[in-house]
Formats: sequence, C-alpha cells, structure tokens
Amino acid sequence: MNIVVCLKQVPDTETRIRIKDDAGKGIVRENVKFIISPFDEFALEEALRLKEKLGGQVIALSLGPDRAKDALRTALAVGADKAVHVNDGGLAGTDSLGVARTLAAAIRKLDHDVVLFGKKGVGLDRGQVPAQVAQILGLPFAGQATEITVSDDGKSATVDREIEGGRERFEVPLPAVISREKSANELRHAALKGIMAAKSKPIQAFTLADLGLDAAALQPKVLVSKMEYPTERTAGRVLQGDAATAARELVRLLHEEAKVI
Amino acid sequence: MMTLSETAVAGPSFELTEEQRMLQDMVRDFATSTLAPRAAAYDRSCEFPHDNVKEMAELGLLGVTVPDTYGGAGMDTLAYTIVIEEIAKACASTAVIAAVQNSLVNFPLMKFGTEEQKKKYLPKLASGELIGAYSLTEPGSGSDAVAMQTRVRKEGNKYILNGTKVFVTNATGAELFIVYATLDPELKSKGVCAFIIEKNYPGFSVGRHEEMMGVRASGTSELILDNCEVPLENLLGTEGEGFKIALATLDVGRLGIAAQAIGIAQACLDYSLGYAQERKQFGKAIATFQLIQNKLVEMAVNIDAARMLLWRAAWLRERGQNFTKEASMAKLFASETAMKAGIEAVQVLGGYGYTKDYPVERYFRDAKITQIYEGTAEVQKIVIARHLTNPA
Amino acid sequence: MTILTVAEFRAGGLGKPALEALGEARRQADLVGGKTGVVLIGHNVDPAVATLTRYGADEIYIFDSAALENYSLEKYASAVAQVVEAHKPDVVLIPGTVHGREIAPWLASRLGVGAAADCIGIKVAPDGALEAVRPLYSGKARARVSFCGRPQIASLRPNVFAVGDVNDSRAANSHRMALGEAPAGAVLREVAAASGGKVELSEARVIVAGGRGLKGPEHFDMLEKLAEVVGGAVGASRMVVDLGWKPHDMQVGQTGKVVNPELYIAVGISGAIQHLVGMQTSKTIVAINKDPEAPIFKIADYGVVGDAFEVVPLLTEEFKKALAPVSV
Repeated sequence: MNIVVCLKQVPDTETRIRIKDDAGKGIVRENVKFIISPFDEFALEEALRLKEKLGGQVIALSLGPDRAKDALRTALAVGADKAVHVNDGGLAGTDSLGVARTLAAAIRKLDHDVVLFGKKGVGLDRGQVPAQVAQILGLPFAGQATEITVSDDGKSATVDREIEGGRERFEVPLPAVISREKSANELRHAALKGIMAAKSKPIQAFTLADLGLDAAALQPKVLVSKMEYPTERTAGRVLQGDAATAARELVRLLHEEAKVI
Repeated sequence: MMTLSETAVAGPSFELTEEQRMLQDMVRDFATSTLAPRAAAYDRSCEFPHDNVKEMAELGLLGVTVPDTYGGAGMDTLAYTIVIEEIAKACASTAVIAAVQNSLVNFPLMKFGTEEQKKKYLPKLASGELIGAYSLTEPGSGSDAVAMQTRVRKEGNKYILNGTKVFVTNATGAELFIVYATLDPELKSKGVCAFIIEKNYPGFSVGRHEEMMGVRASGTSELILDNCEVPLENLLGTEGEGFKIALATLDVGRLGIAAQAIGIAQACLDYSLGYAQERKQFGKAIATFQLIQNKLVEMAVNIDAARMLLWRAAWLRERGQNFTKEASMAKLFASETAMKAGIEAVQVLGGYGYTKDYPVERYFRDAKITQIYEGTAEVQKIVIARHLTNPA
Repeated sequence: MTILTVAEFRAGGLGKPALEALGEARRQADLVGGKTGVVLIGHNVDPAVATLTRYGADEIYIFDSAALENYSLEKYASAVAQVVEAHKPDVVLIPGTVHGREIAPWLASRLGVGAAADCIGIKVAPDGALEAVRPLYSGKARARVSFCGRPQIASLRPNVFAVGDVNDSRAANSHRMALGEAPAGAVLREVAAASGGKVELSEARVIVAGGRGLKGPEHFDMLEKLAEVVGGAVGASRMVVDLGWKPHDMQVGQTGKVVNPELYIAVGISGAIQHLVGMQTSKTIVAINKDPEAPIFKIADYGVVGDAFEVVPLLTEEFKKALAPVSV
C-alpha cells in the first residue's frame, strides 16, 4: 500500500503572532518556532499504522520553504520511507487552490493508494487543500476522518467522521484522499535508530518546473488585503465572597450587566 | 558539536548537528509528556519506574553510544549527554537509571569486554531487555574504593565472591550487575577485579532498599554476595585490571552525572523563572525585583558554563583524547550548580517552594546526590589537583 | 448582483447555519439592491421551500431526489456548480458545517475560483465584490480577503451571523433541477445520531464546559444539570477527552471544536492557550476555578475563585430561581 502523507509547518501554538508592519499582509516569521501542524502529525501516525498493518511504504510530502526539510526529516525519523519537498519561489503568496494544484502535480508523480492530510493546518486554518487536491486528481474525498479502516484487498476504506449531532460512515474506493481529525494516537517519538536512519533516506526535491507548472497558473484567487488583531479581551473581575454570595452575584450580573440570560 | 570527522583540526562547535537537534527535540518532548507527569508520584512511592525504563528502551535511550552492530544507536558522547540532561529536567531518578545503564554498564562492556561478552549482553542492555547496575561502594569503602573488602577467589571453574555492596543505583530493577571485588586487599589497586554478575547466580541477592533524600525512585539498594558463584568467562577484563576499569568507567560516568546535574539545574531555572514572571507582589511581577533577578542570572550563567565544561569533555572524548580532568571539572561544577540552583529555586518560590505541591523542593533534594556519587566533590578536586600538579 | 447560498435538507429540517447564511445573503443583498438564491438539496424537500422563502430567498433551485437523500460531496458540490454555471452569481455563501467546509473548497476547485473558509464577517460592494474577514493562527489574527474572479465563495462560521428576519409576505421563484454528471466518490453507508440528542456545541447559545478540575467523569453530572437549567450544551477540555472521561465530539479547543456562544461557563479549566483558541470569541466568559492564578481568569469577564463542587450546584439553584417563570 502506497501512503502519501502531506505535511505542513505552522507557527508553534505558543507563539505570539505579530503582524508585519508592511501594509500588514503577513506575520513576522523571524524567531518563530515552526512545528508540524498537529493534525498532520495525527495523519502521519495514521499512515505509519496503516503501513504496519498492510505493508507498503509511507511517503512524506511537504510544500514549503527550506525549513520544511525539518518536517520531512522528522517524518523519516519516525518511519516514513521517502520524503518529497516541493519548494519554489514562484509559490510565494499563492492561495489554497495554488497549493492544491502543486501538491496534486507532485502526488501524480508518486504511487499513491491513500493520500492523507491533517484536516487543516493550524496556521491559516483553512482546511481547504485536501478537498481541492481530491477534486483536481479526480479522487474520492473523505474529510475529517476519526477512524480509517482499509479493506483486506486494499481496494476500499471505511471512514468514520463526526458531524453536527452525529456520525457518518463512508465506504471510500481507493485510491482516495482522506483528511484526518484529531486522534487518540499521538505521533510516536522518533527512536534513536530512526533518527540515525533518517540521515541516509533521501529527500527528493521538486521545483514548479519539475512538476510542469508555471507560476502564472498559481496566481492567487483569494488575496489578503489586510491583517489585523482581534479585539483584545481583557480580564473582567473576580467576584468576592463565599460560594453562595458569588453565585448569586454572578447570576445577577449575567442578567443585568452582560444581559445574556 | 563535533561529529566524528576526519579532519582532526576541526575545533569544537557550539551548535548541534541536525541529528543531535532532532534527538534533543524528541527526548525533550518525551520527557515532558511522559516522564514529568509521573515524577512526583515516583518520588513519593520510591518504586522503580519500570514503565519509564521500558519507554526509554523503545526509543533507544538505553544504548545511545552502543554501536549498531550490537543493537545500539551508535550516536556520540554529546548525544548521550543531551539524552541525560533532557530526562533529568523531568525526572532525576529516571535520568540516573539511564546514565548508569549507558555509562557504568554499557561502556565498560564495550571497552573491556570480550567479543562473547559483548554479543551476549550488549544487545539486551541496549534494548532494555536487561537493566544493568554498577557496584563499587561498600559500607567501609566509598571514596577509598581500593579499601574494598569484598573478596573473590578462584575455585575450579568458578569465581566465588563474598561481601556486601551498598548504594547500588538501579539494583532493585536490574538483572545484570558489574561488581568489583578484590583477590587480596594487600594487593591494593592491583588486586581488584570486575565481574559481570547475572541476578540469578547462586549466592547473589539484592538486599535493603535505601530510603533516600532524593533520586528516590532510582532503586538504590544493597547487594549481598554470599559465596556467590560467577562463571570464569564473566570476568570483565583481566585479573587485577578491575581498578583501571573502574576509573575509566567513572570518567564516562561523570559525564552522565554532570548532564543529570545540568538537567536538574535547568529545571530549577525554568520553573523559578516562569513562577517569578507570574507571581506578583507589591503590584509587580517578582521577576522585576533585582534580588530575584540575581538568583535567576546566577543560575543561568552557571548552567551555561557547566554545559560548556561538559561539552568540552565530551568533545575531547570523541577525539580519543584523555578527558579525566575535564570530566571531573564538569561533574564538580555542574553538581555545585545544581545544588545552588535547587536552593535558590525554593527561595524564589518562597513558602510555596517549601511545599510538595511544587516540584522545586524535589529538584533541591535530587540535586544533592550529584555532589556525592560517582566521586564526591572532594574526590573530584583531588583528581583535578593531581592533574594540575602533575600534568600528564 | 446575486448572492447564492446552499441549504441541505436533512432529517426533516434545514439546520440553523443554512438560515444564518441565507440571513446574511439577504442583508447584504438588500444593502445594494441585489437578489438571493438558495440551492436546496435533499429528498422530499418541499417543506423547506416555504421556510427558505420566509427567511429571505428570491430564487430557490431545488435538487430533490432519492439519490440525494444521502450526503455526497461530489453530488452536492456538483449541484451547486450547475446552478453557478447557469446563473452566474457573484457570491456563494456556504454554511460552515462539516459538509459545507468541504463543499466550498471542492466547488472552488471545480470552478477554478477562490474560496475563503470559516468567515466571520462579510461585506458585498454594489459591484458585487466580496470582502470577507476570517480568523487565522487559531484566532490570534484576522485577515480581510478579497477575490479575483467570480463567483467568490465563502464558508461562514456557524453561530456568528444572525438568522434573517421572517417575512411571511415574501415570494420566491422555485426551479426544479436535475443533477447532471457528478464524479463518483465516497458512499455514505450509515448515519448515527449523537447520544442524547443534545444541543450541538458549534451552534449552542450557552455552553458549560468542564476540565480536569472536575476530577472525574461522574462529576460532569452537575454540569449537565446546570446546562439543562440554562438551556445549554456541555463541552470538555482536551485533557478530559484525552483522559477518556468524555468523547471527542465534546472537546472545545484547537484540536476540538471552535465555539462562539453568548455565554461560556468554564468549570475547572485552567485556560491553556489550546483551549482558549476554541472559545475566546464567546460573548461572555465565566470562569470557575479554585486556582486564582489560572490563566482562564485573564480572559474571563466574570471569575469565581472557589471549589467547583460547591459553586456549581449553588449557581444552578440561582439560575433556577432567576429563570423560573414569573407567576402572574
């Protein structure tokens, strides 16, 4: 089974996000620690477990600047067999469709039975690329999967996911694109042997030219005109008195002041 | 830092290689998510942390520098110190367990073991199937190790050992023991021999478990050898070579303890810094008070200096150079740094630091042993003094 | 200028997010003299037509067939694409439900246009240009986005936009549609309702959430009681879910649900950033925690430092008294 896992780096959750001064269209990236988006980590762990169960190989794919190699090295260290890095200056400023077109072109060059994504990158928080990659490749899509079970013959997968007020279960013919919801299975730590072995696993690099794409095809259709901070939430007040007094006062304030009840 | 490079001219680097960084990130994450939440409970119960050991083994942390031909990870000395430092930040007991395995058990086997001994034991130690322990100290001989009373004699196809050993780290959880005994006290250092003893050998037992001030979950206990029978092929090195083995082992061991001490000190700094930034008195965060800043600054500077001493010693070792003095300096300075950091961390947290609700009192208690075991601070000074007055 | 929205007919109803999207479409259209359309998809959808009319639809494009009873991304998105290609709306607003969050990008890719996800603000200019505001970096920043090309697609975060005003005198044009070609995709085999038929967190007006401070799953009972009295849903922090006390669909936070209620009561939750990003846009936040230094107090409008086991039952009593119908 050939499992492609797409990984994206995002600023670490603890980062204090600062908007750039230049017309405020992006964030300051110096001194920001980048991590693999948590949902992508769940997807990578899922990929490794699928490989353990069904055999085959895991290929980690990342579109990003130079530092994306760190994410790919981590993937190799935890057990991915191959890594592919797509990096090209022409990708700067592209939107989710541009990313999807590029990833789809890279995926076409790889054997793929299952293409796994995290449900969204917790940087831009769009969650659009997985469905778009599926549409471009003409593959079935199952999003926000909480459970993925591949059939014994490797021809289909049963995918569960949560929706408002319930759950859905799909039968997905393979090859397919699946995005992974949070899982109880955290990404495994890389054992020392894995870290050492990762050194000798190559990272294949693709430019847009290698993928037969040109920057014109990736011009963004969605443009950020401005970035801003949300209105700052300030601390309110702590109610005094014993539990009974505080409870009474709280209900009064919620009714008279906040007017929410 | 120095990778095993062909260019002997290359100097030390203050940057980690990519593998060392990945290693550091992984161990830090593992220590924070898995070891730290369990540390307080183990400190209370004094139980041997088998689950921690198992998980460390799965990650290859019990055979960091063992070559991969023997099932280890084949990483370098600096990588080993990074492992111990990161574990110690979370749990000093677990750190010393890993340090004993790597430094005091794996190392002498690698350096002095026969091919048969290495093949028999190293893969199982590296995989964590066997936990090892190291036993030199006796009730009557600590710093004066040569004055040991545990006797060994040859009898037919066996060695027979008699004596008591104390303060054996890992003992309650271990199955393999490196034990030192003397053929004849009159021979002094030339009479000492090292043995590889399996727990099930006749006449061997683990005795009283010590209740200690710190590293309380390190399984530190007595060993009782009562006509203990050891096969001839389990002599490590040659007869009379034991003391040389012990000294070489302690050199590496001191790197591990220095790393443990630095980890404890770093935990003290991280915790008290975080606390000082949140805690307000007189309307301001106490981190803005100069007297508090002074404590934090001293911790920070000493930790950096200790780490540089340790990395320097590790670098020398990687180059195949003598590093005895440098290892002693690192251990001496790092353990003192840890003790001071522990004292000041409790002070920064004030009354809260004195309670068990906060981890700093445990760091304080854990720090003390680093000034005592694997050569007391006084012994380290003697070692360094000898090198100063008699440069090799 | 036309704004198109999408409404799924499911379990005999339309769902509040669909009416929120329609409500916003109506408001924006009214500001510039434009029209609204709704793509209505499902089986036996007739009851929805009158509802959509009352809530602001001018044109209703009805895809009603047994084949569409079960959700299918490709079929539903292709249905919308069909309407877009025939009627060329300027803007397409899609409710940001689980289904909507995949329909919108798939549709955008199919049409080769741009889509903005999880929008919390919408503005349509007289010439039909859309400016949308969407949160990024777990809500630490916001981006104002504009589009190249038409249609301009946006999925809307639930519980942010108001449902439209009801107008019984409105009329709408209905168009019965037949779905053309759609690629084969995943097949829905089973739908299960969540246990208890509780209020959906992402749509709730009031949420009572519990954290590790509750010490065990059994203590969530008192939160259930409180939620019942105030008519709210019960949520959980990640720690509670990771400990196995509560299922993932109750988790609020970065790897759980992002919620936007009028009132969020956090009980025994310390306020780690990963939790805050899931609820920090709530209109009013109340925190109950015995640790006065807990970070949650930094963003709470009202805080009670105390033992949850004492405070919550007392609070429930006070709410009961306050909300009891006044006898005439």
